[in-house]
Amino acid sequence: MTRITMNRIKPWLDRSGMGSVMLLALLLAVVFPLAFDLFRLNLVGKYLSYAFVALGLVMLWGYGGVLSLGQGVFFGLGGYGMAMFLKLEASDPVTTKIQSTPGIPDFMDWNQVTALPLWWEPFRHFPFALVAILVVPTLLAFVIGFAMFKRRVGGVYFAIITQAVALILTVLIIGQQGYTGGVNGMTDLKTLLGWDTRTNGAKYILYFLTVALLIGAIVLCSSIQKSKLGTLLLAMRDKEDRVRFSGYDVAMFRVFAFCLAALLSSIGGALFTLQVGFMSPSLVGIVPSIEMVIFAAVGGRMSLVGAVYGALLVNFGKTYFSESFPDLWLFLMAAMFLGVVLAFPDGLAGLYANKLKPWWMRRRSRRSEATDQATAASPGRPGGPAGTPAGGRSEATWGLS
Amino acid sequence: MGAVMSNTDFVLAVEDLTVSFDGFKAIDALTLYVDKNELRVIIGPNGAGKTTLLDLICGKTRASAGSIKFKNAEMSRLPEYQIVRSGIGRKFQTPSIYENLSVFQNLEVSFPRGRGVFGALAFKRDDEVRDAVQSVAAEIGLADQLQLEAGLLSHGQKQWLEIGMLLMQDPELLMLDEPIAGMSVRERELTAELLKRICKGRSMIVIEHDMEFVKQIAHKVTVMHQGKILAEGSMEQVQADPRVIDVYLGH
Repeated sequence: MTRITMNRIKPWLDRSGMGSVMLLALLLAVVFPLAFDLFRLNLVGKYLSYAFVALGLVMLWGYGGVLSLGQGVFFGLGGYGMAMFLKLEASDPVTTKIQSTPGIPDFMDWNQVTALPLWWEPFRHFPFALVAILVVPTLLAFVIGFAMFKRRVGGVYFAIITQAVALILTVLIIGQQGYTGGVNGMTDLKTLLGWDTRTNGAKYILYFLTVALLIGAIVLCSSIQKSKLGTLLLAMRDKEDRVRFSGYDVAMFRVFAFCLAALLSSIGGALFTLQVGFMSPSLVGIVPSIEMVIFAAVGGRMSLVGAVYGALLVNFGKTYFSESFPDLWLFLMAAMFLGVVLAFPDGLAGLYANKLKPWWMRRRSRRSEATDQATAASPGRPGGPAGTPAGGRSEATWGLS
Repeated sequence: MGAVMSNTDFVLAVEDLTVSFDGFKAIDALTLYVDKNELRVIIGPNGAGKTTLLDLICGKTRASAGSIKFKNAEMSRLPEYQIVRSGIGRKFQTPSIYENLSVFQNLEVSFPRGRGVFGALAFKRDDEVRDAVQSVAAEIGLADQLQLEAGLLSHGQKQWLEIGMLLMQDPELLMLDEPIAGMSVRERELTAELLKRICKGRSMIVIEHDMEFVKQIAHKVTVMHQGKILAEGSMEQVQADPRVIDVYLGH
């Protein structure tokens, strides 16, 4: 009975490519919470908030062929959107009564700001903060993307411009410390609508919320990849002019991919703030933006699931090495990035699809051949070696181009 | 000057078209009319400006002066995708197909529905799409190769696939740049048959060097030289023209 159900489910998993997503969900939602203590699990939750950025990069860079080195901007905007709301909630007049102006965030008071700036006011309302987290980064990505892609700015030039935006935003945040908390960022975030986010229970809930949203984002992205839009993004990367002269406005498809990547990054940023309890410009600038590209590159820029593993692996490595060899970490990370790009241009996912899977298939077919020979006399062979499924092969070849 | 341009019955009316690259006039005050249901072949020595002319019509290159009217609508300032949507299809010289997608996907992506971002997101592969892909695939002789990755096709089949991708759009004006380049004799014959079949109900502009092939398909031939039109007429007329002979033999 179970065999029959399995026989039905397995082809579906192979065909839809959902098998690897289910496996990831199982790992994140069951294995990790059982295997790690809360401190480590909270760290995983933090890494998973970076994984949202990596997912966006798979769509933008892997599929769309456009590399952004400024995704920290959108991660930061989402993170700051959430932090502003939490900071206002933490700055009620009673707890801040020792300030010269009670009821405003502490860093404003330290910087001789005497009234809450007007643009902070709407962040008192949670629905507004949520909408801002979703809309502001997407809108900014739309404006930048529209201006660049319509003028056919791409490749290295686009990457440099996104770096510039990351730098501008960092300088702005640090320079306007009376309104943004400056280089220290926004700290001492306590409650979300009265719910203390620092308790153990809250940390578990936030972790599972992150996992659920991440899996949802993977499913969404994979459905976009399977739609005509996904096919068009690949086609554009390959033969831009052919797509253009087939009646498509190539620029708008790139704008869409950029907006999607920005939206995902922003959600990741908001979840980061909730789980870690602060937001600072050190997560916005050029260096974190490049690190986020490394997550996607290590995981495999064509693979959504791979990007999550990439984010986890690089960050585990970072935590482990920076605890053990603090001076060597940066060199190790650079070596890992170079190694992956030179040896496995498709990252971990490519390593699996091009090397491990074919090897496994060969092994399996050799073994079943052996059994065939052993049972050659008996008639009726139940389902011989299936060969590589078409999906695996096309995945591998796309990655190689 | 623009006001002089008159509306015509022609499908395509190119008038006084000029484009200069750093002072060099690749197309020099060229005027060309293409009739409904006409198959026009453009010939001329290398550097005559044939490909540049197609680039101008489809919007890949912008004109310095002059007008390009398609069904009496000005095209020269529209973005490329709108020129395509008006009904002009263009095949490039080297086969330009999506090598990593299947033949089916190559044709499907060219189907003129769901061309906006959200349209593409909502696009469903329904019977209308499948039927269109099937009939075009049969037309270009690739009905048995639909699931094959396009990069694995032979050179000639790639050329046909790109023609097929244009047929999916059902353009009123189809422009082909050297469609038989690199093809075997047999493939050339098949392509000639294909072009004769698909020119029914639409106008076509074909750039070609192979005179035997031109004789087989052309309704009318235009000879270009140094960005200008040197001669125009039937194949016999053009071949007998002393200026044409001079250009082809004199160099």
